[in-house]
Amino acid sequence: MDKNISFTLKVWRQRGPKAKGAFETYQMKDIPGDTSFLEMLDILNEQLVNENKEPIAFDHDCREGICGMCSLYVNGHPHGPATGATTCQLYMRRFKDGDTITVEPWRSAGFPVIRDLMVDRTAFDKIQQAGGYVSINTGGMPDANAIPIGKDIAEEAMDAAACIGCGACVAACKNGSAMLFVSAKVSQFALLPQGKVEAKKRVKAMVAKMDELGFGNCTNTRACEAECPKCVSISNIARLNREFIKAKLKD
Amino acid sequence: MAKISSVKVDSKIPEGPLAEKWTNYKAHQKLVNPANKRKLDIIVVGTGLAGASAAASLGAMGFNVLNFCIQDSPRRAHSIAAQGGINAAKNYQNDGDSVYRLFYDTIKGGDYRAREANVHRLAEVSGAIIDQCVAQCVPFAREYGGLLANRSFGGAQVSRTFYARGQTGQQLLLGAYSALNYQVNQGTVKLYTRYEMLDVVIIDGRARGIIARNLVTGKVERFAAHAVVIGTGGYGNTYFLSTNAMGSNGSAALQCYRKGAWFANPCYAQIHPTCIPVHGDKQSKLTLMSESLRNDGRIWVPKKLEDAKALQEGRKHPNDIPDEDRDFYLERRYPAFGNLVPRDVASRAAKERCDKGFGVNNTGLAVFLDFKYAIQRLGEDVVRQRYGNLFDMYEEIADTNPYKEPMMIFPAIHYTMGGIWVDYELQTSIPGLFAIGEANFSDHGANRLGASALMQGLADGYFVLPYTIQNYLADQIQVPRFSTDAPEFVEAEKAVNDKIAKLMAIKGTRSVDSIHKELGLVMWDNVGMARTKESLEKALKEIDRVEKIFWSDLRIPGEADTLNIELEKALRLLDFIEIGRLMAYDALNREESCGGHFREEHQTEEGEAKRDDENFSYVACWKYTGQGQEPELLKEDLNYQYIKVQQRNYKN
Repeated sequence: MDKNISFTLKVWRQRGPKAKGAFETYQMKDIPGDTSFLEMLDILNEQLVNENKEPIAFDHDCREGICGMCSLYVNGHPHGPATGATTCQLYMRRFKDGDTITVEPWRSAGFPVIRDLMVDRTAFDKIQQAGGYVSINTGGMPDANAIPIGKDIAEEAMDAAACIGCGACVAACKNGSAMLFVSAKVSQFALLPQGKVEAKKRVKAMVAKMDELGFGNCTNTRACEAECPKCVSISNIARLNREFIKAKLKD
Repeated sequence: MAKISSVKVDSKIPEGPLAEKWTNYKAHQKLVNPANKRKLDIIVVGTGLAGASAAASLGAMGFNVLNFCIQDSPRRAHSIAAQGGINAAKNYQNDGDSVYRLFYDTIKGGDYRAREANVHRLAEVSGAIIDQCVAQCVPFAREYGGLLANRSFGGAQVSRTFYARGQTGQQLLLGAYSALNYQVNQGTVKLYTRYEMLDVVIIDGRARGIIARNLVTGKVERFAAHAVVIGTGGYGNTYFLSTNAMGSNGSAALQCYRKGAWFANPCYAQIHPTCIPVHGDKQSKLTLMSESLRNDGRIWVPKKLEDAKALQEGRKHPNDIPDEDRDFYLERRYPAFGNLVPRDVASRAAKERCDKGFGVNNTGLAVFLDFKYAIQRLGEDVVRQRYGNLFDMYEEIADTNPYKEPMMIFPAIHYTMGGIWVDYELQTSIPGLFAIGEANFSDHGANRLGASALMQGLADGYFVLPYTIQNYLADQIQVPRFSTDAPEFVEAEKAVNDKIAKLMAIKGTRSVDSIHKELGLVMWDNVGMARTKESLEKALKEIDRVEKIFWSDLRIPGEADTLNIELEKALRLLDFIEIGRLMAYDALNREESCGGHFREEHQTEEGEAKRDDENFSYVACWKYTGQGQEPELLKEDLNYQYIKVQQRNYKN
């Protein structure tokens, strides 16, 4: 059985995008180890409501590590100390009695704070809207088995497609680069025959939008890969660069 | 007894033989020409598989689409969490599948409570969905030869389920999301993220727009359109604990109900057999372990009560119990389908064992799902390849290694088959208001088969609604765009603002969640896996009690005219209370057992669900009659012309 722990929580509170934020400190007592990190915040919020104070705003939804909504910077790591997991998959048994735990929002120019721990990630949608698709309408498609695709290729595309669009890569990067996110999408499409048709146009459009929205450059620190909850590989960034150069050379 | 309405329910099923109905419908329906499509606006609420695929397809056809979601991005809708797969009658495995067989399995799986014509259409379009998704670069699992792989799911004897690891919902939703992004790029779809629909606006009997709250600014806004499509999912969170996402809610559906759209079969809720058991009272949600695990995992409890007791008290380890002392109760009771019986059957069988004292965890509410045998047969690597991410997820939550010891699972609320009533055209009883995906009641009868939710959501959005909505819109081409200054909009907005003000003014002491948990317990204990007349009558009284607490003691800190999470949750809870009541009414009225609805008074000697086809072979449509009034019941008779209705048999 998991033990109960007590600890100090320092949480970033910020009223709005332009407001000045600050840490507030809360004492948490007797939290069971099988409580998830977000359930621990639920407990804190319940306490705050009971004291007639406003609860902490944070994004969350599926709580099974797939929607990409949760986005907490815990003790200096996006999604906390666990590897290959989102914040909602982080359990309190990972922490020790007496710890001080610091919780902050994603910090990046590309993701302005909405309130407290909640940030605006519409920039990711905008990059996808610039070209993260196959330009087809609905209906009239060839049979799904018409084009065989090697198992290894399909698996590699799936590895890239596993990205949940949470933005941890940007939050982890000292340059605020979105290269891992963009490269995962570009790779998925570039690897599969159906996506190859407009690969050149796509990579140029997505990279241009990424630059326009103020995301930084990649300097190969690999922080993004280390913090990615879905373990998306930076080999995708290498592929993005190849695809981009190939596309540019054709210009 | 419910007040029964004499209004005749017209489901608009086309004439002709079953297999030709959809073809005939398409051949004769009205269409809208490209120049006119540009003049017509459609609101689509929701961006899950149904909403996103509908919005993208309608945009691609040339309509102006306004697409709303409560999350920060369309890609976060809860379809993303579907794990196992999507069914399609492709017969790629040459194992005897066909459109008819998928149709038959779905009707039978639904315990003969779905419409034949709708389900046949679903099976007909299923193949095109896979074609569409492959064209979008959905990375489905493949065999070494490069062709698509399949696995089996409950309720079928063929392998017709397509999958992308344990993340099929994610990949299909990202496919629909990319189609949506293409349309946003083309200017046909405009996205409204972090917006929540709070009412539907009716003008001269037709749906003409919605009232929605901007969740960031708190501002209540008006949106007009020629038609409104609801794709907002199910209402499983009525139970507080479910496999739904935290934000999943039934409010959009309930607003439609309050404005006159009928709510059909609310009591049909699916309880999924393979979820991680409840632990503690701080838990916020339940986590599903994919049904695909039942392909290779064997479900068991001990044969001996003393072993069960030792397990419950932690004196024995599951691996200490020899094979001969293990009761593989699904294989024992249902030899033909074994561990792959449909969800309702598997859930009830687990409950039966736990009720008899054979549960295996400290609460006595869990059974084992064991991969020891699969690992012996296939090796750990193959099992890891098939289910690795699910095993990791289990280990993270339960803190035990499922490669070394069996998983513990228990049933949990997962999906709601009931929903807004729609006719064959997916139109509700309000003209111009459509409902798609889990939000409608249509295709799954009293129990949905695994991997069929993804199929239905995408069928509705890609291949059904884009046709049927034109039959309505063809008459609307002369109707100019509506001004949101119309008195109906002003009135609806005022009603929403008044409701919000009333909630803010309660200023009690209780948090929304604390009241929601109370409602959830009432529902689980009385309107859960097994129901009786007494439990349902008790539920209705208890729901009244919870509602009183809500209106007298709710506390919402902060202000309404800004981001306010407690207010969002309070508005949803208010609707869950009403849905809970509807579920109890419906369950009380349906004096039979079928699919996910099990009335203890109605079971066979072997404890199987006992239907009453003579008296209950109908869709129960509930009509709102006013706040605090009992709803009226309308019956849509189900006439089976092509299938012989019989007791479901998964034994032989």
